[in-house]
Amino acid sequence: MNTTTSRSLQTIVFVFIAVGLIALALGGYLAPLSRIVLNPIIAAQTWISQRYQAVQELVNAPQDTARLRQEILQLRDENSQLQAQIIELRQQLAETSVLSALVDFARANPENRYQAAAVIARDPSPFLNYVIINRGSDNGLRRGMPVVTQQGLIGRVDAVTAGAARVMLITDPASSVNVRLEPGRDAAVLHGQITGDLSLEMIPQDADVQAGDLVLTSGLGGGYPQNILIGQVTGVRSREQDIFKSASIQTMVDFDQIEIVLVITNFRPIDILPLLPVEEAP
Amino acid sequence: MPMATLISIPVFALLMILQSSLFSRIPLLYGTLDLFLLVLAAWALQKRVQTAWQWSIVAGLIFNFVSALPLGAPLIGYGLSTGIALALRRQVWQYPLLAMFAAVFFGTLITHAVSLTALRLVGHPIPVLEAFNLITLPSLLLNLMLAAPAYALIGDLAARLYPEPLES
Repeated sequence: MNTTTSRSLQTIVFVFIAVGLIALALGGYLAPLSRIVLNPIIAAQTWISQRYQAVQELVNAPQDTARLRQEILQLRDENSQLQAQIIELRQQLAETSVLSALVDFARANPENRYQAAAVIARDPSPFLNYVIINRGSDNGLRRGMPVVTQQGLIGRVDAVTAGAARVMLITDPASSVNVRLEPGRDAAVLHGQITGDLSLEMIPQDADVQAGDLVLTSGLGGGYPQNILIGQVTGVRSREQDIFKSASIQTMVDFDQIEIVLVITNFRPIDILPLLPVEEAP
Repeated sequence: MPMATLISIPVFALLMILQSSLFSRIPLLYGTLDLFLLVLAAWALQKRVQTAWQWSIVAGLIFNFVSALPLGAPLIGYGLSTGIALALRRQVWQYPLLAMFAAVFFGTLITHAVSLTALRLVGHPIPVLEAFNLITLPSLLLNLMLAAPAYALIGDLAARLYPEPLES
């Protein structure tokens, strides 16, 4: 009996002590005590945990490194593929915008029939400004046909094979195009230069030519159809002792970057040489 | 036709593709590299090569097929350049690289002089001094820059086509 009573008493005392401790802990009265007790424990736990993690990393490192290297290689591969895709898409976008502009140009000039062609090469001689396009007689191209882009005239077909053609650019020193200036409607001749620049010659001294005047083909001589835009006058040179004025012009075409061109296939150049007077020998 | 001559056709066809679609688009001022001249000079300077003239004819014909230069101008230009290279091979045979530089130097001047003369004869109004300053001098520099690598590459090709006889 006594034993049972003393055990019950002990239990009650323990419960009270426990409840008291919980109440004290909840009330925050045990915080300094718990700090003193727990801090070394936490420090020891942290130290052991860190050492354990270090050892674990050391054991697993080779596998992880190999896996990470593989992942890096994969990601690099993916990255380069995506970069290539971006470049390809940008190229397609540029081509599409050029083609779209060419279609607009063709729609704006419905009187002509066009054959689109890509520039695939340049003349290997540095003295000549010619390009080679990937359309030839099989596509209806003939010698003398004018070649344009959406920005204006670039030249004419000089030689043709079945699958390709050589185009003499208007910047070639041997090129000469009869032009007229707008709004004055004065006639002049456009010449190319070895530097790729263009100059207007044979402008009458009384012609009213201003910087900003438009230069268009006149159609004279039968070499080119009329009214194809070439560029704008940028400066006029005139000396009193000269018979003619000359001018420099700026085209909108970047002749170093031509990619796609349109060949006007329904234009046949007229050879006027037989009509020119021939000097007879005395 | 021997193999060493036949192989010149694909070699120059490939060079023409590279020249017209790549190197002609990379000018220095207005001058460009002349792959044909480099290969011809390097080929003619190889000790055992006996087909230098045939190569120059093939080069001239292929160049003329693509270019708008007057008929025969590349043939004459490359022919004369090959002649100079062969003469240099006999005279400066102990210093092949020096001979290569000399052959490229004179070859560039000759091919350009022939092209310019031919163009002026057919009525192209190209100013000589301007062409020399803007085209010939930069081309010369480019050609000289690549003379040594071209000599080494063509030397390998020549060694394959004309192997040294084994000493018994």
